[in-house]
Amino acid sequence: MDTGAPALELRSIIKEYEQNRVLKGVSLDVRKGEIHALVGENGAGKSTLMNILFGMPVIWETGGYEGEVLLTGAPVRFHSPAEAMEAGIGMVHQEFMLLPGFRVAENIKLNREPTRPNPASAILGSKLESLDIPKMRADARRALDAVGLGIDEWIRVAGLPVGHMQFIEIAREVDKERLKLLIFDEPTAVLTEGDAEKLLDIMRGLASKGHAILFITHRLDEVLAVADRITVLRDGEVVGTPDPKTTTVVRIAELMVGRPAAVKAARRFFAPTTEPAMGIESLSVDMPGERVDDVTLAVRRGEILGIGGLAGHGKLGIANGVMGLYPAWGRVIFGEKLFPLNEPREALQRGLAFVSEDRRGVGLLPEESIELNIALSALEAQGRFLHPSPIPALQLLNHRAMRAHALEMIKALDIRTTGPSQQVRRLSGGNQQKVCVARAMTLRPKLLFVSEPTRGIDVGAKQLVLEVLAALNREQEVTLVVTSSELAELRAICDRVAIVYRGKIAAILPPDAPDAAFGLAMAGESAQAA
Amino acid sequence: MRGARILRHLVPLLFAALCIFGIVVAKITAPFLISEMLVRMSRNSVLVLALLIPILAGLGLNFGIVIGAMAGQIGAILIVKWGIPGIGGFALAWLLATPVAVLLGIATGTLFNRAKGREMVTGLIAGFFANGLYQLLFLFAVGSIIPFHSPSMVLPQGYGLRNTVDLSTIQYAIDDLIKLRYRLQGVEIRVPVVTYLIIAGFCFLTLFFFRTRLGQQFRAMGQDPHVAAIAGIPVERNRIVATVLSTVMAAWGQLLFLQNIGTLNTYSSHEQVGMFAIAALLVSGATVSQATVGQALLGTVLFHTLFVVSPLAGKALAGDAQIGEYFRVFVAYAVITVALVLHAWQSARAAREARRETR
Amino acid sequence: MRFPGPLREFGIPRLLIAVFLVVLFAVAVATHMDLQGLISDSIVRVGRNGILVLALLPAIQGGIGLNFGLPLGIICGLVGAVISLNAGVHGIWGIAMATGIGVALAIPVGAGYGWLLNRTRGQEMMVGTYLGFAIVSMMSVFWLLAPVRNPALVWAIGGRGLRTTRSLGGIYDKVLDRWLAFTVAGVRVPGGTLVVFFGLCFLVWLFFRTRMGITIAAARSSTKFARAAGISDERTRVQATVLSTVLAAIGIVIFSQSYGFVQLYTAPLLMAFPAIACILIGGATVTRATIGHVIVGTLLFQSILTVALPVTSQVIQGDISETARLIIQNGMILYALTRVGRT
Repeated sequence: MDTGAPALELRSIIKEYEQNRVLKGVSLDVRKGEIHALVGENGAGKSTLMNILFGMPVIWETGGYEGEVLLTGAPVRFHSPAEAMEAGIGMVHQEFMLLPGFRVAENIKLNREPTRPNPASAILGSKLESLDIPKMRADARRALDAVGLGIDEWIRVAGLPVGHMQFIEIAREVDKERLKLLIFDEPTAVLTEGDAEKLLDIMRGLASKGHAILFITHRLDEVLAVADRITVLRDGEVVGTPDPKTTTVVRIAELMVGRPAAVKAARRFFAPTTEPAMGIESLSVDMPGERVDDVTLAVRRGEILGIGGLAGHGKLGIANGVMGLYPAWGRVIFGEKLFPLNEPREALQRGLAFVSEDRRGVGLLPEESIELNIALSALEAQGRFLHPSPIPALQLLNHRAMRAHALEMIKALDIRTTGPSQQVRRLSGGNQQKVCVARAMTLRPKLLFVSEPTRGIDVGAKQLVLEVLAALNREQEVTLVVTSSELAELRAICDRVAIVYRGKIAAILPPDAPDAAFGLAMAGESAQAA
Repeated sequence: MRGARILRHLVPLLFAALCIFGIVVAKITAPFLISEMLVRMSRNSVLVLALLIPILAGLGLNFGIVIGAMAGQIGAILIVKWGIPGIGGFALAWLLATPVAVLLGIATGTLFNRAKGREMVTGLIAGFFANGLYQLLFLFAVGSIIPFHSPSMVLPQGYGLRNTVDLSTIQYAIDDLIKLRYRLQGVEIRVPVVTYLIIAGFCFLTLFFFRTRLGQQFRAMGQDPHVAAIAGIPVERNRIVATVLSTVMAAWGQLLFLQNIGTLNTYSSHEQVGMFAIAALLVSGATVSQATVGQALLGTVLFHTLFVVSPLAGKALAGDAQIGEYFRVFVAYAVITVALVLHAWQSARAAREARRETR
Repeated sequence: MRFPGPLREFGIPRLLIAVFLVVLFAVAVATHMDLQGLISDSIVRVGRNGILVLALLPAIQGGIGLNFGLPLGIICGLVGAVISLNAGVHGIWGIAMATGIGVALAIPVGAGYGWLLNRTRGQEMMVGTYLGFAIVSMMSVFWLLAPVRNPALVWAIGGRGLRTTRSLGGIYDKVLDRWLAFTVAGVRVPGGTLVVFFGLCFLVWLFFRTRMGITIAAARSSTKFARAAGISDERTRVQATVLSTVLAAIGIVIFSQSYGFVQLYTAPLLMAFPAIACILIGGATVTRATIGHVIVGTLLFQSILTVALPVTSQVIQGDISETARLIIQNGMILYALTRVGRT
């Protein structure tokens, strides 16, 4: 159904962030009246591509991009979201961009309201023209009807159900006359099943009316349900454009994650036992964006267990839930005793430690010294590095012990720094990560959760971090649970890899299982359990 | 929010009750009350109205309106120096104060943009800072670095403006443009007709403004600056515009105030302007993020009634008017404190819930 | 304008203030003023105001930001002072009693204030300011109605209601100032007060190297971090506020003995601001402060205030030091408010 030039065409887009190529020559096009699905793991380059399309400042602050963007055949180069929107690119976001105190029509027409001139605007300019409320309402009504939402256009948005809000977002974009391309970014992430179905219907309806739609999602079943074409992105490149009519969910998942192992970590020398170190039963975690929904998992003593899965399906939620950082329910047994959930302090005192995926927010105190960062958790939870005193709260810091320990850690992990008193924020990403690991190690835990251990670190440091973790497990018999988006690194160092799909465990596989098995699990096609 | 709705009605009711109690206890007569109220409303309303636009634009309570008041005073000082009386003088003061207020408003608005989330404290401190500069100008620069040939206005040492500036030449310039007197129970009551017309004009202008495209942008910003920015609204620029409008209105409001009082206390007339106007607005049940024209007017009446009644009630109850004076100041501070706490409590709670919600 | 790194970190306002001070002293020397007298007065002012500035440190380090609610602690101290005066206790015991009562009051008051600050995150400065104002004016009503009959304290006419100021002459005026006082190179040093000030500085420094202190400071940068480390940042913020309020109570007692007067009613209203300016001038920010900032800042700001009037009064009539104070003090706070990178 294409009439002339495609609505959007990207030609060989290349983007570098500080010598790191995030997009290596991506080309794709979206024709009028088609739904083109763009899939890829987090870090594959989707967000960067969107940032370029929307002219986000961060792109220009880091050296711009190479390649061409054409909108209905005309080359464009946007320097701000406003420019992109003016030119006709509409985006339905994951986070609703609605004003709850405004009425539906006011939201739909935000900053595009129809107006009438008045005496004031004659003197002081068009900004002071009066709002034409009847026309606003009429336009809004039309847009809502196009989307199939029958609500009153003059009620306030606050308190409306989530599904309605999503549809109002769509109505807003559809109302834009100059709309050339409509981008849906994870639109069903927060919708119920029923609303998600409705949304897909709306999408089909809009496509049939001639709109060009770019559909970004992690839900592969949805892709197959509505897409006319699919582009799979991985590591900044287009790795495949399977035909939705003939491909399967598994194949798409394989394309998304299959990657030659870039990292080789030390192989294990001994087999772990099958004794359980930790038993997790029916765990649910309320972590925004990574909900966990009834996970049951047994962690064996001495093993390195990997947790993988597509972004947003909940893999990051498991460790956060057990460690008490987000509200959790369920039952956990640790050390043969019932383990209390939602108690971060208890977790630390009972021999657990956590290197969080949120390095800057949870992992470090950037303004403080390396030595303090390393010592802090153990100081808090175990009273280490303190001189004894009758009043526990007033124990004085044993600076010498803290410094000695820091120097040890700096040497063991090869942290590049000018000294233990250097502020952590001056270190590179890789070295900051090492400080986080050092802090967890200082607790001398029995079981260590590590999430995204090598995210944002250059290749050389990646290797080192993984080897440190492997050594921790090997030499000090610490049980490790490693959560990561990089399946390859999990397969390199883990004894078993659990795959999470839609908040539950889809499968637990040995690292050398075939790619297809992993693909299946990540796409939710497998019912295999531990 | 349930809490906010209850307060919207509870606070003014409580206040009205307090006022009635005071009136009864101090045996205040109707003509006296009416006369006082007419006058006080006429001279304070515009200052309170000046607070509305920043609130709706998301800047919170503009504690910096004292800066606008200072601009107005500069206008008044100049026309007294040049000896221009009556309505002409007043109009000229109005005209002179405006560009000063615009410039100061731009400066204040820029400060607000650098201190997002802390606009109210910044406004408060900016007001104190501006006061320092004002003193530097009028206590030391005038007559020394800035030639000011007006010995009657300048201190004996040759520089520095005297503590009071006599405004009798423009007193009642607006109030009595249309002279209206009314006799009630033997007491003569002045009705400043034109002043009230001007106040009505400002009310109408404010209501009109919020039905324009720009006003709609302001309202959007006030709700969620992030969403507004994504929609292409120039949030930072608009915040400065909102501050300028508020500052200019405050300048005009202060001039209306001064023409009624008839004297300018050079160094103290403006000092409590912010506090009183804000307390007056909040007493009506308005909040840091939501206020209407009706509330501005209602609040002015209630607050100033209490202002008049309190010392008299204090004298009647405890034999000491001083208690009443401290009490009314306490009430003003308390009202502001409560409004600030409520606002902060609600936003903190919303922020906490948002972090846990799935968007 | 882009200035080189270290200069920018030091800050243009601080540089200007330091230069201004140097200029004032240079003029003083050039006009043969009583330099030793000026220096003595400056040192006295530092000892007098220092503890009030110190009181701000726990709040900043605890994540509360600039404690505009200092008047709450000050009121506690004043109540203690009034009670000790009413009881007629003299000398060092009078000070001890005032301090003791002030601290005892400051603990619950600080806890309550801290609880409120926890509920009003993001607006602590505004809430603190106006809560302080409201309490001070509420106390004004109270001072008028106070059940105190000591003729030395109440108004002569009517015999009821506390006087606005009460001289401490003969009771405990400058008791600490004079204790351990010494003179060096012609400069009079109020030894006792400085001993108390530096002593408290040392104790606060030590406190932040204890487990409790480290915990409080660690929790300040983010709730998420605190929670992950097993720290309740609600608790640590309350602890920081209590400490700040207690120090303020102590601070006003020491201030009063050095000043020679106990000032009630509206005096405490604006006392937070000069203290805040001091610590900011010393180099602190809304999120970070050290003992060094307290001492250096108090020294710089109080010296300017002490020296400006005598020096400028040789040339300019009228108290330009008051205007200068308004400008420097509020300018400094404004500067700090507009430079917060992240909360």
